[in-house]
Amino acid sequence: MLAAAREAESATVSVRWADLCALDDIVPDTGVAALVGDKQIALIRVGHGAEVYALSNFDPFSKAFVIARGIVGDKGGVPKVTSPIYKQGFDLRTGVCLDDPTVALTTYPVRVREGRVEVLLEELPPVVSRP
Amino acid sequence: MGTKERLLVIGNGMVGHRFVEKLIENGGAQERSITVLGEEPRLAYDRVNLSKFFDGKSAADLAIADPAAYAEAGIEVVLGDRAVEIDREHKIVRAASGREFAYDKLVLATGSYPFVPQVLGREATGCFVYRTIEDLEAIAAFAADVGTGAVVGGGLLGLEAANALKNLGLETHVVEVAPRLMALQVDDPGGAILRGRIESLGVAVHTGMQTKEIATGPDGRVAAMLFADGGELHTEMVVFSAGIRPRDELGRACGLAIGQRGGFVIDQHCRTSDKDISAIGECASYDGRTFGLVAPGYRMAEVACADLSGGVERFTGFDMNTKLKLMGVDVASFGDAFGLEPGARTISLVDTVTGVYKKLVVSADKTVLLGGMLVGDAAAYGALAQICANRLVLPPHPEDLIMPAAREGAAPAGLGVDSLPPAAMICSCHNVSKGAICEAITAQKLAAVSAIKSCTKAGTGCGSCVTLLNDILKIELRKAGVTVTNHLCEHFKHSRQELFHLVKVHQVKSFEDLLQRHGQGRGCEICKPAVASILASTWNEHILDNGRVGLQDTNDRFLANIQRDGTYSVVPRVPGGEISPDQLIVLGEVAKRYGLYTKITGAQRVDLFGARVDQLPHVWADLIDGGFESGHAYGKALRTVKSCVGSTWCRYGVQDSVGLAVRLEHRYKGLRSPHKLKSACSGCARECAEAQSKDFGIIATEKGYNLYVCGNGGMKPQHAQLLAADIDEATVFKYVDRFLMFYVRTADRLQRTASWFNNLEGGLAYLRQVVVDDSLGIAAELEADMQHVVDTYECEWKATLADPVKLRRFRPFVNSDTPDPSIVFIRERDQHRPALWAEKADRLQGAL
Ligand code: SRM
Ligand SMILES: Cc1cc2nc3c(=O)[nH]c(=O)nc-3n(C[C@H](O)[C@H](O)[C@H](O)COP(=O)(O)OP(=O)(O)OC[C@H]3O[C@@H](n4cnc5c(N)ncnc54)[C@H](O)[C@@H]3O)c2cc1C
Ligand code: SF4
Ligand code: FES
Repeated sequence: MLAAAREAESATVSVRWADLCALDDIVPDTGVAALVGDKQIALIRVGHGAEVYALSNFDPFSKAFVIARGIVGDKGGVPKVTSPIYKQGFDLRTGVCLDDPTVALTTYPVRVREGRVEVLLEELPPVVSRP
Repeated sequence: MGTKERLLVIGNGMVGHRFVEKLIENGGAQERSITVLGEEPRLAYDRVNLSKFFDGKSAADLAIADPAAYAEAGIEVVLGDRAVEIDREHKIVRAASGREFAYDKLVLATGSYPFVPQVLGREATGCFVYRTIEDLEAIAAFAADVGTGAVVGGGLLGLEAANALKNLGLETHVVEVAPRLMALQVDDPGGAILRGRIESLGVAVHTGMQTKEIATGPDGRVAAMLFADGGELHTEMVVFSAGIRPRDELGRACGLAIGQRGGFVIDQHCRTSDKDISAIGECASYDGRTFGLVAPGYRMAEVACADLSGGVERFTGFDMNTKLKLMGVDVASFGDAFGLEPGARTISLVDTVTGVYKKLVVSADKTVLLGGMLVGDAAAYGALAQICANRLVLPPHPEDLIMPAAREGAAPAGLGVDSLPPAAMICSCHNVSKGAICEAITAQKLAAVSAIKSCTKAGTGCGSCVTLLNDILKIELRKAGVTVTNHLCEHFKHSRQELFHLVKVHQVKSFEDLLQRHGQGRGCEICKPAVASILASTWNEHILDNGRVGLQDTNDRFLANIQRDGTYSVVPRVPGGEISPDQLIVLGEVAKRYGLYTKITGAQRVDLFGARVDQLPHVWADLIDGGFESGHAYGKALRTVKSCVGSTWCRYGVQDSVGLAVRLEHRYKGLRSPHKLKSACSGCARECAEAQSKDFGIIATEKGYNLYVCGNGGMKPQHAQLLAADIDEATVFKYVDRFLMFYVRTADRLQRTASWFNNLEGGLAYLRQVVVDDSLGIAAELEADMQHVVDTYECEWKATLADPVKLRRFRPFVNSDTPDPSIVFIRERDQHRPALWAEKADRLQGAL
């Protein structure tokens, strides 16, 4: 019975894209942090267009929630964000650490629709309403 | 075991140690039973760099011998005991402690002792010599309570001792019996130039003065020096540094041959008149002379070591070339510096304006360089000494070799290391030839001077060959087709200095513009902040304006310093460290209101820790209301100008150091630079503000101020250099304007002034020319650039609070105003600290 209930729950939420902010809320080539339930997500915007990536905001090296505050750039063409604490770089597309490939940040599917940034979460906790 | 040869080494100074080291290296230590007997309480240390003890180097830093290496080689070490007798008949050495040491072979490496002339009162409290770490400890302790010191002896060691007294904050005098300074190394014109430079550093020089007596006060302490001509000099301490004498007393008693000017007589194998006893280093006399430098001693150590194992190396004398930096003044002499060879001619350049003297001694036909001396600018020493030693044929106009390089068209100084044969001795301290260096570079793919140093030891002695090493490296790398680049990063094939120039010349105002014109890709964490800093130094617009947010490191982005847990610290400016009770209360109130941890920083201000991003604007609104401004602790910018209390309160102060520090801090606050800038201002020579460890530091004098530059605390502490002495306040500002802007223009990214200086070709003399003499003709421009920055200053926090767009970025989350739940504090010592991850991990799993 428990299993059935969980199935029903995930069936209803797994397809939801969470609307987190407007594209214009993110200054080009910077990031912002978003709170989804308890989860902290870094939204990183590359360039002036709609190229946005979503990754965990947790920096596994410093164990602080700071990825959104890193400098955005590229290494040999690979888009990356650099942790502001100890400066490791992470591939924005895969979350893999460019300085230590055994470490990776969780990444989330993200899309920009009608000027809004949306992230797809597997188990979607209740969305905190925007004040 | 019993059959092993017993080898006893007396003295573990620089040379004794080198001998042991060589023996271990060639395996000679295993087959012998070796004992080292040393009088000093420690194993050998770097006596050549003894004065660095006053720059904060500890005995451990100076150590050159590693006790573990001795132990591993099975060498018995007896320290703190002195050999007092050699019984050659029974082959036994007796020590002061009564211990006896039997030997088969004996090596004497007893060095020298400082010569103290027979003057009355020379034992008085306050008289010192300058040879061992213990001597320096005693000098430092005594100097702490006195104001004046005199050095007897104006030679190499005397000037070094004088420099030490000066750095200890004493009014310093040098008393020399000869008519000029450094009489052994330089001639009259050279001595005059040297004197002028030393006097301009604030050291009083008295030549032609014979000290008759050290007069003491009722307390038995030194009070004055009395001279043969009836004159006297008030002083509270005296350091004797009037030459050295070989420690040959052991040999005199047991009948070893002693040279006319002292020292154990040795032959080409370093053996004394007793074939089982060798002597090496300063205690040895070869061909009637002793050698007061370390390089010949090292050579003797090698020869003696080879001799033990039946080798055939020979010691055949040594050229006594010297290159020194005395009180920041270069002095060098080489070869036949006084032109004693018959028919020798001299070419000299005397520049009393810049204080430079250069002399070449050439053969009658002007084709061979016989010797020379350089005072004030010895940059050409390495090349000239090599030309001389290798008898290279001189160019048609040898005078070009010493002409100031500034004159375009003249031949470049020196013939270049490229023309030297592989056998040319580059590092005489460690006996390393050009061939050996080139080989190391190619075989081991060395790409830096530091690597050459650790690989070949070249350059790790007196350091005078380092410029040559640098030249050789450049040439070898070029030959190997390696291009040495200082490109900022993969996005810009330019150095920071070039980018600075491009920004200025092409009026570039944005990163994107610069990237488009001169770079590639999107940029990164290296070039973005570097370019942001250049833009800020040049145009001084708000660092968060016009799309510059993304260029800034997190500290600049949030105008605060990020901490380990992602919170920030806030450091309001406290100019000169002067703060009123009301302002202290404001700081306390703000800290309490926002629950911030507080701490006094190492730079005379208060740091408030643990602020969340969303708290920062509120904290700053309250601080600005309370009269504070941004302290730029987050920026590569001017941090603080520390001060001591100065003449306003302190009984010793000679100027108002707090006032000047406050004015300096206000002028330069907000200046963005390649790295952070720190300053300090002391009210007298006691230097309580530690100005000599700062990027620019000011020490008040009776006549005005001494301006020091390019000091550093931090990882590699470095004493600052005296740029100008006894200048008035307006001149201080003028020179600091020029100095800072010159640094801002030309330094590499994240290069503090100290390492910038260390890489500045031409060193202090060049810096002085640019800043003081305006040799590049850019002084007015530099001053104008600085004035622009000063005129456009605004408090970055005030401007941020006035701009709703900038404030938007201080929301904790783009979709929520919930304070960041990952920030957790734990109470500690009446305040709080960030929780460690382990202390909060369980409640933050959902956040991951
Ligand atoms: C807060 C403070 C320690 C304290 O509690 O006293 C401090 C804290 C930090 N220092 Fe410092 N330094 C502090 C005084 C000093 C001093 C002493 C001084 O300024 O008189 C020095 C030696 C003097 C010097 O710089 O020459 C000093 C030499 C360094 C260095 C080494 C620099 C060097 O050239 O070797 C670093 C590393 C760097 O900058 O690359 C450093 C870096 C740092 C950083 C920025 C490290 C970091 O990235 O987190 C720390 C920032 C903490 C923060 O958030 O505020 N700090 N640091 C002091 C702030 C002074 C202020 O009021 O602004
Ligand atoms: C301040 C200063 C600056 C200098 N600058 C330079 C420079 O720039 N360039 C340069 O080339 N040289 C310089 N020198 C000289 C250089 O330090 C010496 O040439 C070198 O140290 C000589 O080494 P040594 O082993 O012969 O003598 P030392 O280093 O003096 O060692 C002799 C050791 O033997 C011990 N000893 C003596 N007698 C006995 C005994 N009877 N029993 C047991 N132990 C005994 C002594 O205590 C001492 O430890 C400088 C010297 C000084 C003091
Ligand atoms: S010394 Fe190290 S730990 Fe202490 S404040 Fe400076 S950087 Fe931080
Ligand atoms: S010559 Fe002294 S270190 Fe090389």
